Amino acid sequence: MTHTVLVTGVSRHIGARVASVLADDPDIDRVIGVDTVPPPSLSRDGGVPLGRTEFVRVDLRSPDIAQVIAAADIDTVVHMSLVSAPPRSGGRALMKEHNVIGTMQLLGACQRSATVRRVVMRSTTAVYGSSPHDPAVFTENADPAEPPSHGYAKDASEVEGYVRGFARRRRDVVVSTLRFANFMGPGVDSPLTRYFAQPVLPTVFGFDPRLQFVHEDDAVEVLRRMAMEDHPGTFNVAGDGVLLLSQCARRVGLLSLPMPSPVFGLLGDLARGAGLVDFSPEQLRLMCHGRVVDTALLSEALGWKPKFSTATAFADFVRARDLAGGLPAVMMDMLSRTVTG
Amino acid sequence: MTEAAGESREAEVIPITRARTFGEPVSEETPDGPFPGPSAGGGDDQRLAELLAFLRRRVTGEYEVDEFGFDPELTDRVLLELIRPLYRHWFRTETVGLHNVPDDSGALVVANHSGTLPLDGLMLQVALHDEHPARRALRLLGADLVYRLPVLGHLSRKTGHTLACREDADRLLRKGELVGVFPEGFKGVGKPFSDRYRLQRFGRGGFVASAIRAGVPIVPCAIVGAEEIYPKIGDLRFLARALGLPYLPVTPLFPWFGLLGLVPLPSKWMISFGEPIRTDEFDPADADDPMLVLNLTDQVRETIQQQLDELRLQRGHAFPPFF
Repeated sequence: MTHTVLVTGVSRHIGARVASVLADDPDIDRVIGVDTVPPPSLSRDGGVPLGRTEFVRVDLRSPDIAQVIAAADIDTVVHMSLVSAPPRSGGRALMKEHNVIGTMQLLGACQRSATVRRVVMRSTTAVYGSSPHDPAVFTENADPAEPPSHGYAKDASEVEGYVRGFARRRRDVVVSTLRFANFMGPGVDSPLTRYFAQPVLPTVFGFDPRLQFVHEDDAVEVLRRMAMEDHPGTFNVAGDGVLLLSQCARRVGLLSLPMPSPVFGLLGDLARGAGLVDFSPEQLRLMCHGRVVDTALLSEALGWKPKFSTATAFADFVRARDLAGGLPAVMMDMLSRTVTG
Repeated sequence: MTEAAGESREAEVIPITRARTFGEPVSEETPDGPFPGPSAGGGDDQRLAELLAFLRRRVTGEYEVDEFGFDPELTDRVLLELIRPLYRHWFRTETVGLHNVPDDSGALVVANHSGTLPLDGLMLQVALHDEHPARRALRLLGADLVYRLPVLGHLSRKTGHTLACREDADRLLRKGELVGVFPEGFKGVGKPFSDRYRLQRFGRGGFVASAIRAGVPIVPCAIVGAEEIYPKIGDLRFLARALGLPYLPVTPLFPWFGLLGLVPLPSKWMISFGEPIRTDEFDPADADDPMLVLNLTDQVRETIQQQLDELRLQRGHAFPPFF
């Protein structure tokens, strides 16, 4: 049986990596990658070789995507084109349009198509929100106490709503929704990885959130499996275990700078205004209350465990970026030597 | 926890010429603490090496927390260490019936709640950790108010506690943890002194349903002594509402003496664990039978009230030998 896979969002790191592993698979005849901007060049910005992926530049917000799907007899759609932060040029309105209208156009085209048999949707655990009233660990059917009201998380929950609608209307199509924890790894560039690359870590005073990461290699593997096999449903994807923010800071060897939450929020706004780091209100909530998800459903469906735990994914990120300060550890060793003679 | 202890005991022993005892106030304070130093001779060196290894782990973040944010090492070696003097010397706490708490399987400890400030939860935690042969970690289910507040929220998670909700209770019990609840909630902890040792209403029996779903025994627990630590003789309702608190107590010492009023009165404490009430003969689906759940809730409540009355008699005066 022939496979033609459409991957959206190939100009971004994970999207490109998914397209490239799919292109390496001999069972797949064609991989068509689409995005609003061309992929970054290999030599400069750390682009990923796309292999035999055919790139088509399509603005997802326009109906052009329907023509791509119709022309190529696409049978599997991997929708990765959800952006978590407003683009440098544009802002929140453009981001929302890209995320929500883009997905609507894509799903509209899939609904018309007679060939599409499988849709894999990238979503995020941010749809659970983050509040003190929530259970410590979210399972896929959890109802968040406070559903996300803005930003990326709101986009993602709206998008999931459209995906559910699509799944209802086209029951013959296998729809898998993957809720990823924060990506972590050498090539990942997200608000959170940029946060950890700062010289000091501003934190919210009196809070120490539990964080969970998924390594990019594991994320790519899950997306590959989902694109090749039928696993209908919604799945949480995260590395095993939990790291506290304070633990992350200590493992990077960075000084954290606790500040009251209003100041933290204000600073986040200022930094965002200056284009330094993007820190939205939903991230402020994450930095207070944290979020942990249960991944039992995914391991059961795939019969597979992520290679990286939350801690090893973070360690890999720290190693690859050469962030580890190590000063506290060195000082501790010196202290040990002095005290014990 | 035992892992952490084993690890630290294996820490390399660095030979030194002169025994130095500074820099370890924690282990000096309680020589009979949970980390008994190795036998005499070289004990100081090893303890120092242990302490340094511990500090290094803390500074570099090389320790584990579970999915609820529980940090066993921090809890045992720092946070519980801070309240142990209160448990041993201030309240002179005694325990009865610890054999009723299982060694290695899940169970739900249901206790009376009192004392204006929930010190009874902390003392119960020390009791089960220090006095139980299996050194069990108590996982309390707390009010969401705790998790809204800075500092308190994350300290509560780090010491192993979580939000009182069905999902968390089920999850902990399924993992075989020892879960603790105070079904009276704020009604119990914030009741006036005149109502002492009178159990309040037991919520909606959610804890019983959780125990039935997990098929774990319910261990009724009576805590005597907490009622007298901050006798609540009044309530600044208006101020409490303005601050978003369930109550703001007036005690003989608070607010008249300011922060000094926060020193608990040194009442004599006793904690007793009653015979477990089995739930494994029920079908997990029975958790959805409100009649059964409410009846069992009443049964647990009556058991604890009885236990409480007996234990109070056994204890005698709250502030021996005076009155």
